[in-house]
Amino acid sequence: MSALLRDKRLPVLVTAILFIAMFAGGASRYQNQNFLSVQVIANLFIDNGYLLVAAIGATFVILTGGIDLSVGSIVGFTTMLTAWLVQQQHWPVLVVIPLVLAVGCLGGYLMGYVIHYFEIQPFIVTLAGLFLFRGLCLVISKESISIDDRTISKLALYQVQLPGGTFLSLGAVTSLVFLAAAAFVLHYTTFGRRVYAIGGNEQSALLMGVPVARTKVAVYTISGFCSALAGLLFTLYIQSGDPLHAVGLELDAIAAVVIGGTLLTGGAGYVVGTMLGVLVIGLIKTIISYEGTLSSWWIKVLTGALLLAFILLQRVIGSRGRAAPLPAR
Amino acid sequence: MAEPQPVLEMTGISKQFPGVRALSGVDFRLLPGEIHALLGENGAGKSTLVKVLTGVYELDEGRISLNGAPVRFSSPLQSQQSGISTVYQEVNLCPNLTVAENILLGREPTRRGAIRWRELRRRAAELAARIGLELDVSAPLGAYPLAIQQLVAIVRAVGIDAKVLILDEPTSSLDRDEVERLFGVMRRLKAEGVAILFVSHFLDQIYEVCDRMTILRNGQLVGEYPVTELDQVALVQKMIGRELGELEALTGHIRPAVGDPLVETRGLGRKGAIEPFDLSIHRGEVVGLAGLLGSGRTESARLLFGADGADSGEVRIEERKVSLDSPVAAIAHGIAFCSENRKTEGLVPDLTVRENIILALQAARGWTRPIPAAQRDELVAKYITALDVRPANPEAKVGTLSGGNQQKVLLARWLITQPKLLILDEPTRGIDVGAKAEIQKLVVSLSEEGMSLLFISAELEEVLRLSHTIGVLRDRRLVAQIANGPDVTADRILETIASGAGT
Repeated sequence: MSALLRDKRLPVLVTAILFIAMFAGGASRYQNQNFLSVQVIANLFIDNGYLLVAAIGATFVILTGGIDLSVGSIVGFTTMLTAWLVQQQHWPVLVVIPLVLAVGCLGGYLMGYVIHYFEIQPFIVTLAGLFLFRGLCLVISKESISIDDRTISKLALYQVQLPGGTFLSLGAVTSLVFLAAAAFVLHYTTFGRRVYAIGGNEQSALLMGVPVARTKVAVYTISGFCSALAGLLFTLYIQSGDPLHAVGLELDAIAAVVIGGTLLTGGAGYVVGTMLGVLVIGLIKTIISYEGTLSSWWIKVLTGALLLAFILLQRVIGSRGRAAPLPAR
Repeated sequence: MAEPQPVLEMTGISKQFPGVRALSGVDFRLLPGEIHALLGENGAGKSTLVKVLTGVYELDEGRISLNGAPVRFSSPLQSQQSGISTVYQEVNLCPNLTVAENILLGREPTRRGAIRWRELRRRAAELAARIGLELDVSAPLGAYPLAIQQLVAIVRAVGIDAKVLILDEPTSSLDRDEVERLFGVMRRLKAEGVAILFVSHFLDQIYEVCDRMTILRNGQLVGEYPVTELDQVALVQKMIGRELGELEALTGHIRPAVGDPLVETRGLGRKGAIEPFDLSIHRGEVVGLAGLLGSGRTESARLLFGADGADSGEVRIEERKVSLDSPVAAIAHGIAFCSENRKTEGLVPDLTVRENIILALQAARGWTRPIPAAQRDELVAKYITALDVRPANPEAKVGTLSGGNQQKVLLARWLITQPKLLILDEPTRGIDVGAKAEIQKLVVSLSEEGMSLLFISAELEEVLRLSHTIGVLRDRRLVAQIANGPDVTADRILETIASGAGT
């Protein structure tokens, strides 16, 4: 029992069980509405692919013990910039995509640089980023810009067929490939392990010879990249740019990361957990929409309750995990 | 006997911090296959020297040469790559990573960019086995007790093909058996030709395991001695910087009679801070605590004030068992504490003298019952006069006062609450001679009025002059309680500090 409580994978397991239980609950309640199908799960990825990508970026940052509040604003800015460039400036999509990704990276890099070299709290620096990018949205246009570019529509409607008649959107596939890449980086590269080391104890990591500065700046750059990529996926999903797109998305991303079992203090967590966190939040939305009569505010209420439950769970596991004397030899 | 070529040689090392000269012209050398102790009181410059050597600080002047070649380090990574490994007092590893990762972080075996986990675990287990440590390297480091973590840190340090191993107070969190194990590892490494720099303030440990020692005092080199040629008494003298003969003998002065016991501790202790001690303080008694810096003087005072929680023992005040789990509780029982760090732990520099003086009394009354302005001004004026605080302006900002006057303000703050026991931690440090004498006189007169005092000072003469009873601390243990009298001299206290024998 105590070995189980100490296992770092426990929170992820709890989230997985919760997801399965919620899914089973939904399946039994909405038997007549064809809830129990692979497509319902595929739809979770289709509808939340952008959130998954944003949450993966947030996972990197939170693993180092930091926080990134600029996610939603960078996503919103990316939708605006993409819509403006494609729709009003008639730039080719293949030029716009790398450009907006580079802008996201640059934003993240600058914030990471300020956080590390000026030793300012990530909360404040990325809060500045939040306002900055949201403001820049309005600089581009105060109105929403809908996109009817052929390439964009084609990409948005592209379906990847899976066996059994289910399909995934391009956005969903991108998010899953990105997830796999992130999992590889975090668990099989020295960079990934440095991220964990910094989250465990930044001072120690420095004394152990970890290039803390480079790693921390890289982590915020990755988060900026993820936000921009999430912005692109969101643009595909919604086919417009709007200065008010994705307001507060960073909080959904952080919630998904925490529900997925990553410690807010850093050093422990898995991107697979983050995926489960996104799926749980997505499933709440799905169930509420199946329910039909419930207001969408219930999504927030349930997410809030879950978040609280998971933070308390982290606390319990954290305090049990400490006391574990193991005699040497 | 010809000495081998030193592995490491530091010459004329100086390091300046804003306002402090931490090291000036220190020479240090390390021979292969020796365990070399670096000794000095806290603040003597040991840590600075270690940090210069490991590249945490850059040196201002001087040269470092490793195997005869000059080197210069600007980061811990560089010094590690040159074969200097360090184990710090606090375990500087990542508790969230596995033992294996902690041992090999930064040197993970990879294939095409991917870490080979199985190989990583195999190598880590191998390295651990080399120093006789067998454990599950795939478990998170945090799952092991501190002592094992410390050993893992050593495995890591040695794994980097270290020529020089620096152990910066690695034993302070270890118990006796764990220390023995560490010493076993050190002797084995020494036999393999590794040069070990061992920093510790546990003198017995130095004599047990070291070959030579270098003593620092106030950032300067006192000397380098083979351990066999300097006994503990001489060592303590060199660390403190005074020959016994120079210490002024106590001229018997009349001390007031002592009343009933006020505060008694039984087995009060806190792991890693101070071992359980029994101490009783009577009414009107001045109990002095003597010992080297870091011997547990402040730690015992903090326990009595509830600033740190005790994990064993009990405190009785006026023969009733009390729980001192917070400063508020201690204040309620009439205990006051003048901190050693008056800047960081005591005074609020941006508040006025009046506000600083009134702070503790107001806290004792609770924030809902403000002290009437007239009464407050009267009290403040009274204590400013009584203690001769200069300038005698209650509206002056405390930060602008001299050290001695700041100390008086801090004293006034606690005196105003009329405590039964006043704990003074280094009340005369860093203040001028005149203010010092005034504070000493105050201690005597408070004690004559029946107040009990616990008096902590690095200056033995002061402790001898003021105390009825002297508690001697060594290695975080209260080793002796000596009733002061004409036959008690600074020499005797020093001997007790050095030998640890209670008399």
